[in-house]
Amino acid sequence: MKVPLSWIREYASISSDVRASEIEAAFVAVGFEVEEVVEQGSDLTGPVVVGRVLTIELVEGQKKPIRYVALDCGEAETRYVICGATNFVVGDLVVVSLPGAVLPGGFAIAARQTYGHISNGMICSSRELGLGDDHTGIIVLPEGSPGVDAIELLKIRDIVFDVAVNPDRGYALSIRGLARELAGSLKVAYRDPAGDVDLSFFAINSAGIQVSIDDPTGANVIFIQSLQGFNSVALTPLWMRRRLEKCGMRSISLAVDVTNYVMLELGQPLHAFDSAKITGALHIRRAGREQEFITLDGQARKLEATNLVVADDQRVLALAGTMGGLDSEVTESTSTLAIEAARFDPISVAKNSRFHRLSSEASRRFERAVDPALAAIASGRAAQLLIELGGATYVGSATDGQILLPPTVAFDPNFVSKLLGTSVSNETVQAHLELVGCVIEKLSTSSWIVTPPTWRSDLVNPSDLVEEVGRLVGLNSIVGTLPVGRANATLSPLQYRKRGVAQYLANRGFSEVNNYPFVSQEIVDTLGFTGVRAASFKIANPISDQAPLLRTHLLPGLLEAAKRNLNRGAKDLAIFEIGTVFRDVAKLAHVSPVPTTSRPSEETVATIYASVPPQPLFVGGVVVGELDRDGWWGAGRPFDWSDATTLALSIIELTGNAGVIVQSDLAPWHPGRCAEIQVAGKAVAHAGELHPRVLEALGLPPRSCAFAVILSELPVLSSKGAKPISTMPAATQDVSLIVDSLIPAAMVEAALVAGAGALLESVNLFDRYQFGGAADVGGGKVSLAFTLTFRAPDRTLTSDEVSGYRESAVASAAVACGAVVRA
Amino acid sequence: MSLSEISIEDAKAAALAAIATADSLDHLKDVKLAHIGDRSPISRANQQLGSLNSEERAKFGKILGKAKGAIALAFDARGQILEAERDVRVLIEERVDVTIPARRTLKGGLHPLTILTNEICDLFLGMGYRVAEGPELEAEWLNFDALNMASDHPARTMQDTFFIEPENSHLVLRTHTSPVQVRTMLEEKPPIYVICPGRTYRADELDATHTPVFSQVEGLVIDKGITMADLKGTLDHFARSIFGPDVKTRLRSSFFPFTEPSAEVDFFFNGRWIEWGGCGMVNPKVLVACGIDPDVYSGFAFGMGLERTLMVRHGITDMHDIVEGDVRFSQSFGAGVK
Repeated sequence: MKVPLSWIREYASISSDVRASEIEAAFVAVGFEVEEVVEQGSDLTGPVVVGRVLTIELVEGQKKPIRYVALDCGEAETRYVICGATNFVVGDLVVVSLPGAVLPGGFAIAARQTYGHISNGMICSSRELGLGDDHTGIIVLPEGSPGVDAIELLKIRDIVFDVAVNPDRGYALSIRGLARELAGSLKVAYRDPAGDVDLSFFAINSAGIQVSIDDPTGANVIFIQSLQGFNSVALTPLWMRRRLEKCGMRSISLAVDVTNYVMLELGQPLHAFDSAKITGALHIRRAGREQEFITLDGQARKLEATNLVVADDQRVLALAGTMGGLDSEVTESTSTLAIEAARFDPISVAKNSRFHRLSSEASRRFERAVDPALAAIASGRAAQLLIELGGATYVGSATDGQILLPPTVAFDPNFVSKLLGTSVSNETVQAHLELVGCVIEKLSTSSWIVTPPTWRSDLVNPSDLVEEVGRLVGLNSIVGTLPVGRANATLSPLQYRKRGVAQYLANRGFSEVNNYPFVSQEIVDTLGFTGVRAASFKIANPISDQAPLLRTHLLPGLLEAAKRNLNRGAKDLAIFEIGTVFRDVAKLAHVSPVPTTSRPSEETVATIYASVPPQPLFVGGVVVGELDRDGWWGAGRPFDWSDATTLALSIIELTGNAGVIVQSDLAPWHPGRCAEIQVAGKAVAHAGELHPRVLEALGLPPRSCAFAVILSELPVLSSKGAKPISTMPAATQDVSLIVDSLIPAAMVEAALVAGAGALLESVNLFDRYQFGGAADVGGGKVSLAFTLTFRAPDRTLTSDEVSGYRESAVASAAVACGAVVRA
Repeated sequence: MSLSEISIEDAKAAALAAIATADSLDHLKDVKLAHIGDRSPISRANQQLGSLNSEERAKFGKILGKAKGAIALAFDARGQILEAERDVRVLIEERVDVTIPARRTLKGGLHPLTILTNEICDLFLGMGYRVAEGPELEAEWLNFDALNMASDHPARTMQDTFFIEPENSHLVLRTHTSPVQVRTMLEEKPPIYVICPGRTYRADELDATHTPVFSQVEGLVIDKGITMADLKGTLDHFARSIFGPDVKTRLRSSFFPFTEPSAEVDFFFNGRWIEWGGCGMVNPKVLVACGIDPDVYSGFAFGMGLERTLMVRHGITDMHDIVEGDVRFSQSFGAGVK
């Protein structure tokens, strides 16, 4: 909220030598962030005076209208100036800066020759004086005498603070509230403007517009003040107009200006109806049936049944607390007024505002809870101003509902010291609570009954009161202490795993990226995702309509990141990401509204948890080009499918798990070059070369590879006991086997292991030969050569013994895979 | 040829002269063959010893032994010199330019957010906090309601939330890591000391200082007698550990539905106050919703944006660098090994 210091000063006794920076610091100290401080008029030097327009002469032959204006500036001689604005006529009062004046931006005014005349000064717009952005025309004053100092008349010199108000402090969206806060922070006297209002002039009677709260959930209390004989063309006085402008509002008409002025002053939004357009009484009710309604801004709005409205006996007149209706608006022909002030239900107004995407000065205040005591006071204040300034006469007043007072809080003042961790005396606690408006009844030194003021419906718990004391005492006076945490604080296995895998990949030349998990349907289709990987959650309000889906896999983001790097000139590239994916595959529990007044039952907690889909943790990587590069040492080696499978397998082995590779054809991998890796019979990883068509579609180089491992699917193994290390010599045996080329090498290897006996230490494929070349794949044969290494824990193996093991391994491979020993 | 003292001395002198002039190890090898090989004068003299009488044999044996000893000594000495010369020559010949760039593999790197997260987790692990994590796609109740943000609470509109279709799924992309705190309180009995790092989401457009997908780290402590002084002390310690030992913090009174009292925490860095995050004492309403008795336990919570922390600490001026996945960015931070 923008607040001018001059207005605040009327209620907070701030001495004139306090600097803007001190006031800013005082706001910040009690929890109000100051977003901007504007020292209006600080870069403006007079003379700037009021002038009356005597004659206007159009300068001929110009493209734009240029006028030569004679002015009475209270001087002996008539002053002539050239002016390009046209929004004034003879007799108007305008603001004239005279030669010698310096306007904001260092713009010095001097007499000068222009358009064939001597221009002896300048007629000013708001913007030229640094008062605001309005440059649609020059300022036309409603009052003033020629020659009077306009800087003083317009109260230009002022400091305007733009104060951010947190949502629990609706009362502070007013001069009343912010003056109170500033006075409390600066420890100076404060006078409540609400106390200045004389309410004795009005009485609740049957004259004028009557009112009823038909839906008590919509409002606690409402007041209507009826007036007649209002002069609708009466001008808003300059002082009020200037205050509205300093608060960032435009002057519209006297009736509207008065309601805005009182809202700014006290914090109570008001609405002025043309009561001639009201049929019968006013009602606070729900819209009920779907209907259309046109708001003040000229927009037709479809009302929802639960919208809170102000209606007369026949139709909806206003969207309660949010915006009035065009039909019952005050116009230039209005002479009778009904001023409404209500304490609407914050949630109902919030819903109105959200549903219609209509945030107004009124709704912002109602949503944050308005002081219920203000309805009578503010409506009375507005009526008085309209009587005084608009010539209206009083007709009558109506009300319905009750002022809802905040409940009292049972409070132990020692709780302040206990929660803040610093010693605060009971006297200080009392002084600060009273400063914010609380009334204290002391039952004993440790038992108080605190009645919060009507405007502080947010003070409900003892800790709310501690906050009030804390911010006035100053949170920075607290001396820090360090609590002692718990023993055995360690990372979880999955957290260790994440770190270890990231470190492993970074050490192997991979760069980590963190991609957004937002993907398009297009990339899902391009990658050929089906099944669980096509079961995407959809964001209702995505940043981009092109990418409304949540990723089901890391590859879409990784491939886009790879592409981005290539576009920026990278040639060889290895990137990885560790992150969660989202698959809409589990049946999720449905949660009905759960209250928060106590802990939900175990069953309810379980239901809430079951409403959230499992989100597996993946590591994925993409490699383009060479990981071992070429250079002066010779040729490089492109990263190929086998590097990808090895890397995925190594990641699995980092966790102590053993992976089994099986042939796969999962998209978007190359259908002949994709490995699935299983742990305990479950697929946990895929790796290999990407599908050539996918690479082409994405504009990535041929033969690019990728891998993905589901880290959260890998079992966490308990630490194993150590095996004794045998110091006996190892014995090796080579076998060369011929099998059908479609028999996976892993199957042959497994068969050898199964047959070789307990003393087999390792098996290593050292050669593979395809008979008839690659073209023969499918029908052909391959030769696979393995080295079997045997070792006994307690003796040197004899060659006969080892040959026997080899024979048995070969026999096993013959049975399982049809393997024949190569001659 | 008959054996004589002179002939032995001559043979010895010839051998020593040859050894002295041998200029390579190969040459020395030839010299060895010629002067102490089987057919050398010395060896032949040795063979003649057998035919002498015992007196003569003793006499010549002694002379011959001395000569052989002297030759062997000279031979070894020369051999050592020649070997040393060869070694020096070979090492000079094998010299290469070791400054030639020979990086055959790509340079990898961790994302600096990962490095920072690990650093923060390690700091708090050392203070007895566990690292708690939770789902990014989260139940509305855990993200909002349990944190004293009922469906029409104005604070809920402060956080531009991504909602998931259909509306009655009541799923959101978590707007903060606070639901992890709620889960922890629902699952565990106090004392609770946890640090919650993770990805969070708010519907802001990406620009130089905002990103719709960002990272937070939150801390939660629930124990008997926890005070705002404990919060202040913990934040001071945290700030000094991350930004340097001279860093100061300040608290500014603020509002969050889930804490009461609430404050913003700023730190003084490079000559100015920088907003860091929010904090406060856990609102009793939140404790109650999670089944913790506020009359017995109190607690504090705090939360910071990691991108902002990173940007300030490392002088990163554009958020795009953090989110775009350009390998040059992660590579510049290396693998986080100190």
